[in-house]
Amino acid sequence: MNETIVKLDVEKIRSQFPILHQEVYGKPLIYFDNGATAQKPKSVIDAISKYYTKDNANIHRGVHHLSQIATEQYEDARKIIQKAINAPTSEQVLFTKGTTDGINLVAFSFGQMLKAGDEIIISEMEHHSNIVPWQMLCERQGCILKVIPINEKGELKMDVFESYLSDKTKLVAVTHISNTLGTINPVQEIIEKAHALGAKVLIDGAQSIQHTKVDVQELDCDFFAFSGHKVFGPTGVGILYGKKDILDAMPPYQGGGDMIAKVTFAKTTYNELPYKFEAGTPNIAGGICLGTAFEYLNGLDMDAIHDHEQELLAYAESELKKIDGVRLIGTAENKTSVVSFVVEGTHPFDVGTLLDKQGIAVRTGHHCTQPLMDIFKIPGTIRASFAFYNSKEEIDVFIKALQRSVNMLL
Amino acid sequence: MTLQEKEQEIIDEFAIYDDWMDKYEYIIELGKELPLIDEGLKTDNRLIEGCQSRVWLHTDFDGENMQFSADSDAIITKGIIALLIRVFNNESPKNIASSSLRFIDEIGLHEHLSPTRSNGLASMIRTMKMEALKKV
Repeated sequence: MNETIVKLDVEKIRSQFPILHQEVYGKPLIYFDNGATAQKPKSVIDAISKYYTKDNANIHRGVHHLSQIATEQYEDARKIIQKAINAPTSEQVLFTKGTTDGINLVAFSFGQMLKAGDEIIISEMEHHSNIVPWQMLCERQGCILKVIPINEKGELKMDVFESYLSDKTKLVAVTHISNTLGTINPVQEIIEKAHALGAKVLIDGAQSIQHTKVDVQELDCDFFAFSGHKVFGPTGVGILYGKKDILDAMPPYQGGGDMIAKVTFAKTTYNELPYKFEAGTPNIAGGICLGTAFEYLNGLDMDAIHDHEQELLAYAESELKKIDGVRLIGTAENKTSVVSFVVEGTHPFDVGTLLDKQGIAVRTGHHCTQPLMDIFKIPGTIRASFAFYNSKEEIDVFIKALQRSVNMLL
Repeated sequence: MTLQEKEQEIIDEFAIYDDWMDKYEYIIELGKELPLIDEGLKTDNRLIEGCQSRVWLHTDFDGENMQFSADSDAIITKGIIALLIRVFNNESPKNIASSSLRFIDEIGLHEHLSPTRSNGLASMIRTMKMEALKKV
């Protein structure tokens, strides 16, 4: 065992995640579906319980004690998250329902400022949630969608991207890390090149927020969207970061309470950031406990996590290659701890079902990236996605279980 | 043998397996053994698209009883289809439409019929019953 793993102390980390210590179908649970959602540390679970046991009240308008406490905690969480992603101000950190909600907010609101003929660039490796909102926008406004192709390793063809950029390009919306392939995209370069031609850039950070230290100012992205549940926080809450001048210029997304300054039947005026984009009672517990999740992460060494996850990735890939018929899907030079693969002569659904019965949770199917499956000409993949609480020992069990499954199916 | 007796026969067959992997080994064998559908019948109008696996279903009716043939690209799905066909074939539309398919629960395969499983099986059973209802 090398020094990094000792430093990270995987066993200690595992002890902080209660859900990992259970059996399914009589076998110890091995959770390799972190790309879909990450498990929650005890501190987050306790914070959810504490909120509903002691602090629950509606925020922002109550004069009573509980309402003030809930409001303070909610706004404190916003500040914790602001610091975590290094946003210049907390008003640029909008609470959403998740990544999908954040992208839809931009597609609807920023999209209203676009006109027919304006161009939006996405890529072939996008999740459906970073494809469909733009298609809907194009239908509404007559904009044109351009799609950056990928090479056989699952990397963006950057020369084609550059050829798509022009003064007609108004927005580039790309994923930071592919949920299916694990590819880490050169978003810094994409942002620089898009900005050079005056286009704005939205980064889908659903996958990256779990694995990397995100600094929105260093990236210089115009929007950054992610989900709380993928970063060890609760489901149903997420964040959209945006540059202030752009958010100020954008019209509101949804109407309702909290997002208004004054309502009359003659004319309604809107609240300031961030509330302009936060209509209705939000997911208060979710927001507060997402703050708790970031506090948990603050106590960890992100460099050690990165090294550990890279070691898991390298080990899993080398062990998988020893199994006859395994074909890795996504072999980019720069990858996060996700391995997608198919096994010749077997269907991903069958492999996934048999792994499940051996206690191993992986994801099978198209991973909400159907166009990508068409490009690789496969019905789906088996995807194992690792988090920092996973271990090499778990990969050993997984490889054995996979071999047994394949033997049964062939 | 009645439809219920056929279900009981399957329940008894599965009773000998107390390990999940053994159970699935048997389902996979069933899936491998049966040439369920004529290749020429695997057309788009017979395709039931699931999110995870796909199922082709062909229905025949001789005026009295129904006959089904089906196939899937996933072998476990195909094995479960083999069981369904064994229960439903040569049964009257009335029997099929009113069947509760309790054997699926009894042998522990109910998860495969959940709509969220998306393997096409739930839609296939719905289609089989709809076809039967049309003939009642």
